[in-house]
Amino acid sequence: MAELKNIYDIAGNSMASQLIRMNTIASNIANAGTMSGNPDEAYKSIKPVFESTYADQFEQNGIASVRVSEVVEMDMKPSRIFMPFHPDADGEGYVYGAAVNIEEEYVEMMETSRQYQNNVEVITTMRALDMRTINMGK
Amino acid sequence: MKGIADTLGLHSDALMLRNKRNMILASNISNAATPNFKARDINFEQELAKAKGSGPMMTTHNHHIPVALSAPGQDTLYRQPVNASMDGNTVELAIEQLEFSENAMRYQTSLTFLNNKISGLMSAIRGE
Repeated sequence: MAELKNIYDIAGNSMASQLIRMNTIASNIANAGTMSGNPDEAYKSIKPVFESTYADQFEQNGIASVRVSEVVEMDMKPSRIFMPFHPDADGEGYVYGAAVNIEEEYVEMMETSRQYQNNVEVITTMRALDMRTINMGK
Repeated sequence: MKGIADTLGLHSDALMLRNKRNMILASNISNAATPNFKARDINFEQELAKAKGSGPMMTTHNHHIPVALSAPGQDTLYRQPVNASMDGNTVELAIEQLEFSENAMRYQTSLTFLNNKISGLMSAIRGE
């Protein structure tokens, strides 16, 4: 695990985690319309699990960032749709649509994008402050 | 006799503390979506008062055990959330953003004071 030393590590790790989250959302939305012949093979929404990472002596310096510990498949039931002429239809004429809640994905996409922006903002601010500090006394 | 450090005075300590606080607030912002993360912060006035007084022993290595009296900026406290969220996360983005921008502004203020003091010293040295 990368060591957390400065503000760029903190915000950078967080941005990487938010990007993974954005990737899972993109995968979910891309697969929202897929059909499958049986419920086990149907696509199910995937979500990242966020976990805090702490710097050495966190109790004193309060420096922490975030990482994705794993990406899990949600325990959701695929929708059962009656489509007897579908090439993948099972014996009873049903296919199984992807278990993705598209509204939920959209909301999460907006949240992810906002939090990514927040981290970019932090880096922009800190870079400006650092530049001024470097030029101190000139 | 007064040294240069005395002339710069409180502002150099304030600048260091503001930087520390910026890191803590950035940590809070980066953990805005992590379940069970507890937002931290420091009591700035208290830490600055500590920096003014006689300093405690500093540690130079991660594995050194800090002495009982903590160094300035090391007393991180927990933020009390206005509206606690269901997942145990106490980061409230609006508040953290506000604190961060205020802290950045105050950092710049300290920096400006320092710059003024330094340019005062410089003109005294040059004797112009």
